[in-house]
Amino acid sequence: MKETKIWQEMGLTDTEYQLILDGLGREPNYVELGMFSVMWSEHCSYKHSRKALKMFPTTGERVLQGPGENAGVVDIGDELAVCFKIESHNHPSAIEPYQGAATGVGGIIRDILAMGARPVALLNSLRFGSLDNPRVRHLFSGVVAGIGGYGNCIGIPTVGGELYFNSCYEDNPLVNAMCVGLVNKNNLMKGWATGVGNLVILVGASTGRDGIHGVTFASEELSEASEKKRPSVQVGDPFMEKLLVEACLELIENNYLVGLQDLGGAGLTCATSETASRAGTGMEIDLDRVPLREKNLTPYEIMLSESQERMLLIVEPSKESKVMEVCHRWGLKATTIGRVTDDQILKVYQDRKIVAEVPARMLAEEAPIYSPLALEPAYIKEISDFNLDKLPEIVDANRVLLALLSSPTIASKEWVYGQYDYMVRTSTVIHPGSDAAVIRIRDTHKGLALTTDCNSLYTYLDPYVGGMIAVAEAARNIVCSGARPLAVTDCLNFGNPEKPEIFWQFQKAIEGMSEACRVLQAPVVGGNVSFYNERNGSPIYPTPTVGMVGLLENVDKRCTQAFKKQGDIIVLLGNSYNELGGSQYLLQVHHLVKGKPPALSLEQEKALQENLYQAISQGVINSAHDLSEGGLAVALAECCISGGLGAKVVLKKEDLRVDALLFGESQSRVIVSIKSAGIPALWQLAQKNGLEVNAIGYVGGESLTIKVDDREWINLTIKEIEQSWKNTIAKLMS
Amino acid sequence: MKFGVIVFPGSNCDLDAYHLVKDVLRKPVEYIWHQQNSLKGYDCLILPGGFSYGDYLRCGAIARFSPIMQEVVEFANRGGLVLGICNGFQILTEAGLLPGVLLRNQDLKFYCQFVHLKVENVNTPFTNFIEPQKILKIPIAHGDGNYYIDEKGLNSLLEKKQVIFRYATAEGVVSDEANPNGALFNIAGVISEKGNVLGMMPHPERAGETLLGSTDGLFIFQSLLNYLEKL
Repeated sequence: MKETKIWQEMGLTDTEYQLILDGLGREPNYVELGMFSVMWSEHCSYKHSRKALKMFPTTGERVLQGPGENAGVVDIGDELAVCFKIESHNHPSAIEPYQGAATGVGGIIRDILAMGARPVALLNSLRFGSLDNPRVRHLFSGVVAGIGGYGNCIGIPTVGGELYFNSCYEDNPLVNAMCVGLVNKNNLMKGWATGVGNLVILVGASTGRDGIHGVTFASEELSEASEKKRPSVQVGDPFMEKLLVEACLELIENNYLVGLQDLGGAGLTCATSETASRAGTGMEIDLDRVPLREKNLTPYEIMLSESQERMLLIVEPSKESKVMEVCHRWGLKATTIGRVTDDQILKVYQDRKIVAEVPARMLAEEAPIYSPLALEPAYIKEISDFNLDKLPEIVDANRVLLALLSSPTIASKEWVYGQYDYMVRTSTVIHPGSDAAVIRIRDTHKGLALTTDCNSLYTYLDPYVGGMIAVAEAARNIVCSGARPLAVTDCLNFGNPEKPEIFWQFQKAIEGMSEACRVLQAPVVGGNVSFYNERNGSPIYPTPTVGMVGLLENVDKRCTQAFKKQGDIIVLLGNSYNELGGSQYLLQVHHLVKGKPPALSLEQEKALQENLYQAISQGVINSAHDLSEGGLAVALAECCISGGLGAKVVLKKEDLRVDALLFGESQSRVIVSIKSAGIPALWQLAQKNGLEVNAIGYVGGESLTIKVDDREWINLTIKEIEQSWKNTIAKLMS
Repeated sequence: MKFGVIVFPGSNCDLDAYHLVKDVLRKPVEYIWHQQNSLKGYDCLILPGGFSYGDYLRCGAIARFSPIMQEVVEFANRGGLVLGICNGFQILTEAGLLPGVLLRNQDLKFYCQFVHLKVENVNTPFTNFIEPQKILKIPIAHGDGNYYIDEKGLNSLLEKKQVIFRYATAEGVVSDEANPNGALFNIAGVISEKGNVLGMMPHPERAGETLLGSTDGLFIFQSLLNYLEKL
């Protein structure tokens, strides 16, 4: 074995192999080596990221479960808790877009289920290259169909998400899926194999050869050879998962389970070693009892298979028959494959012989932890050297606005979310297309606001500020819908962490995110790291996606971005600056990726959000929309389109450039519409919170007109605006 | 007056139909598991949307062999009211309770959106509460809603006023642009010859509360209540 260096083929380094030798006190056999290689892969062990992740604030009054379990859990009162997590499925989706995306959705649903929660909503965050490229169109349409195919069939609404197009994702698209569940606090489950003598039951799909070494594949860069990894991509069966969800929830409701764990990356190896390790126990499993899709699977294949739609149950022997009965009624195969032991060893048997015998903790917890070198990349200095004065002034603002509205990153995403059933469960009360989606919680007055956000152009230019902005924008979106931020789950998509420049991006982004999470009081309760997002050595922009959940105490107080009423006053909350770095205007119109992202003061952001939250709860506000890509002009256009109403706006130039005023992306800004009688209340609030507010116009007519001082820069009918915005993606895809 | 919502493995709009009857109409309602074999005591059955048996093979094709379907056919033959929504509609056509078939949407994509429906016949147990010119705003969410029937079948449907709902614009104009899935003659819902079995692709149970964006689905349920009360 030493001569062939088989561990290297499995993705382990020589040093890591030595650690295994030292830990076991002997050479591992082939099965054991396979088990170590998947459990010590980046995907499972977080060996490069673990230290940096410690920077995140992870506690809070409402936090019931922080990082470390299958998903985070936050108390929302009424004996209920919300459970949520986001996870990447980038590499599989780059090779086999439909199944890659579908199983990404299936996997994250099982994480929520493993906590005992009923999955009630799905979101996603997607990144692709340019739609001019036929290969990108193939990936994009496959991913959207896969997400829809899984979510629609299983009957969990896909209520929100985000989508950006940038050439850095040409060969390495990002597919991040988020699931949100609700659980009665008494029913919270954990992935713990407690109770010596308790049974280990495998339920759901049979085990096949699919997905072997899926996690190893996810922990290396993509290359020409990746196409050969197609067998590493699993195949999803949402119908099976629907049965699995219903059966597991019934088992939990009846108090039949001691522990519950999903089988995802690293399959049975991960589920058995993690549950035993968390509980400080051991486990014996008999592979002869594992239901197989085909004969003659080797122990290695069974232990590493990533066949989907399987769950591991820990059950007291007295409840075994009851568990079997429930599973059978749902038409599911359930098999007792082993039992919990007290020796902290994971023992795997086949034909009554031991085929693997490894300390559970060593697999699950004792992968080496690295402190990679971090170095500021050279590009940061080059691109930040940008003089705004040299940029020609804008000539035709109408044309620029239409160009921005029709760029795929800003244009309507209806082509995408129209393929997702976002209404099933009849609880979606703010549909996709506003700042955050809102679902009601039955039998309460409450609602949950949900969003995913990350502007990776900002994080590329400055990962620290970009990281802060990702959190701040997510929180702003939550507040625009009338909710208060509860907590964050993050999906950190980066290049190869063994390159110091990439690790520097990673660290800086986490620093920025952590700072914003602290100030905005949104702790990180779970998440996922996806490294090695590179193709032939070329990395993606750092993309730390933020998934955020907020709480509305009264769902009737929810707010959308659409202008509601003729004559309402339009008010801009927050300050505008001469900031164009990292803007879509600079990218789409001047084809420049330059400058610094807009500055962010977390104190101002907090004041804005506090102010907006109070105003919406008081019922003063008729609509609220966060200013993001494309700035003020694009935000106004979006409010007009969604409301089917025009607007007349007059801005003061003061010392600003016209392009910055119209299309700049200064942070901590929101436009609201309000009836004139509400103005004194809003002004009073703003004064109290130290927030700049300016009435800039009123809702009405069939056009959007924007004057800067005396000069009219924008005058377009809502129809023209909507046409540019609405069909871009559909046209590119037809 | 009691409603029953049939639950096949893979049904996923069962919850929505159940809650609409229980929380909005405030009428008694029960789930009926697909392996049950009695339908005594029910006045109206709802076959809900979803992906029964994963819709593998063909939508509704496996569900029709479910034990409960024998009972549903007999219930319908006795004149009992049956409402099939989306996947429920597909199952009813597979079971032969309704004419025609539902093909893949014309452009092969799944669509979730609000549509507008022109009501073609207001003299049925499902539509008697609807004013003749009323246009209903109700959502669809399906990949296989492209209704098809041969020419003879279509003529027979029209003759017997069995076409109940047609996709139209908000103003009530039946047009290609208002047709989301390529359905023949813009057909969104048909009724059995005896008038007691209705199948429709749109989801009236998703349009029963203001906060969901429309309450037009209630016209259909109110019609049912009216009809049942007069029995």
